[in-house]
Amino acid sequence: MRTRLCLNDVGKTFTMHLQGGLAIPVVAGVSFAVDAGECVVLGGPSGAGKSSILKMIYGNYRCERGQILVTENEKIVNIASAAPRQVLALRQKTIGYVSQFLRVIPRVSAENVVAEPLIAQGTGEAAARKVARDLLARLNVPEALWGLPPATFSGGEQQRVNIARGFIAHYPLLLLDEPTASLDAANRAVVIDLVNEKKQQGVAMLGILHDLDVREVIADRVVDVSGFSARAA
Amino acid sequence: MTDFLSEEPLLRASGVTRFYGDRIGCRDVSFELWPGEVLAIVGESGSGKTTLLNCLATRLAPTAGAIEYRMRDGAMRDLFQLTEAERRFLMRTDWGFVHQNAADGLRMTVSAGANVGERLMAVGNRHYGNIRGTALDWLERVEIDGTRIDDDPRAFSGGMRQRLQIARNLVTGPRLVFMDEPTGGLDVSVQARLLDLLRGLVADLGLSVVIVTHDLAVARLLSHRMIVMRNGEVIETGLTDQVLDDPQAPYTQLLVSSILQV
Ligand SMILES: Nc1ncnc2c1ncn2[C@@H]1O[C@H](COP(=O)(O)OP(=O)(O)OP(=O)(O)O)[C@@H](O)[C@H]1O
Ligand SMILES: Nc1ncnc2c1ncn2[C@@H]1O[C@H](COP(=O)(O)OP(=O)(O)OP(=O)(O)O)[C@@H](O)[C@H]1O
Ligand SMILES: [Mg+2]
Ligand SMILES: [Mg+2]
Repeated sequence: MRTRLCLNDVGKTFTMHLQGGLAIPVVAGVSFAVDAGECVVLGGPSGAGKSSILKMIYGNYRCERGQILVTENEKIVNIASAAPRQVLALRQKTIGYVSQFLRVIPRVSAENVVAEPLIAQGTGEAAARKVARDLLARLNVPEALWGLPPATFSGGEQQRVNIARGFIAHYPLLLLDEPTASLDAANRAVVIDLVNEKKQQGVAMLGILHDLDVREVIADRVVDVSGFSARAA
Repeated sequence: MTDFLSEEPLLRASGVTRFYGDRIGCRDVSFELWPGEVLAIVGESGSGKTTLLNCLATRLAPTAGAIEYRMRDGAMRDLFQLTEAERRFLMRTDWGFVHQNAADGLRMTVSAGANVGERLMAVGNRHYGNIRGTALDWLERVEIDGTRIDDDPRAFSGGMRQRLQIARNLVTGPRLVFMDEPTGGLDVSVQARLLDLLRGLVADLGLSVVIVTHDLAVARLLSHRMIVMRNGEVIETGLTDQVLDDPQAPYTQLLVSSILQV
């Protein structure tokens, strides 16, 4: 199946009960698809709803309107109506997410933070840690840091640990929320290589990339989110 | 590696209700717990978390409703229809219960080693050397120095007691562990260490856990799914990160907004 992700008339409104039930419409009528081996970038100004769309796909925000269809092996799962454990299963095997910031887990070393998703997919610990070290080396994280918990790392170092963690496992669908923010040119180039390798493996990617140079190189298509504005609708 | 798509739930609560006289403890709680899943029960003080947990663990009889559990032979049994012997066997072998106050879950007047070894003897282990060896192993897994094996828990710090209580519970290889505020009453750095230890053990052993906590950061770190309670009733339930990042019910929004960042 070529299509890995398909959004169909997706809408999202936040209801702020602490502000007297104020409704914040974010997006409406979001419809697009992402194929295997393709990198689609979400465009649009700040506040247009780009991150909210990624979070609905990952099941992090509830999708209350429309369908979010993800191909899992030969099955199609609608995230908008999936049970929590179905979403957890998708996150283990099917959907990866590189968030903008690393959520630090106390006392777990960088190497283990990175290896964890691969181990969760069934790779042995020693083998997974080897892959983790290779990735950390590629992303120029100093070897002296690999055994330490990332809590004390610089912003850019944490971001690179986060990227390694996001790219280490095989997910047929990968969501990227500004993976190159706060990286220098050399490390941006590494991320571009990683994205290209995933494309070659047939991974479908959906990203948010403010960095126009990187976007130019890796985006096959840009979907402008301001076209799905809930306010205009 | 957790298989989130196993076919059969491990535990099923249906309409669980408990009154204390005419006061509500918890009312009409229904959910399923799946193998390898960590479920957090959160809510303010007096919302019925402990009441619900004690009903699930058969420490308290519900006024109404049913709780079923999948036994090792695969059969789903109503817990309150078990014989007393069957129920005791479950509690000793297949389940653990971690109390907020370690003194409630430990025997304070026998050694650390005996606290761990006792549960093994209860499941039929008789060989002294093996029992001591296993106890020593578990003390080390919970980061208690082996040289303390003959000391009483009275001589332990709060964090060490809590880790000992965890070792005592896990030594029999349970499938399901109930925890009531396991990090409550400990200071922050001790809490962080305990949480990290719990997180590792739960993942390594593939345990199913029902954990009661009023601390949303604990729920975020440990649980897959959350139940939010208020006045004895379930207000909201869902994936932990979804409930915390996109809370729907007014009460959940209040709960989430009243803490800085989780
Ligand atoms: N959890 C939330 N609760 C309430 N409102 C939210 C929440 N998350 C996002 N919003 C609102 O939804 C709108 C879209 O936000 P979103 O983060 O999706 O935008 P974005 O396009 O990613 O912006 P940026 O480019 O600045 O990252 C904003 O008005 C934001 O305030
Ligand atoms: N033995 C009891 N007799 C009478 N009422 C009780 C008893 N135990 C609990 N209650 C009442 O039942 C309600 C729920 O209590 P419970 O202990 O389950 O709350 P909780 O959510 O665990 O609170 P906390 O966070 O303070 O531990 C409260 O109103 C409490 O006063
Ligand atoms: Mg954003
Ligand atoms: Mg309580």
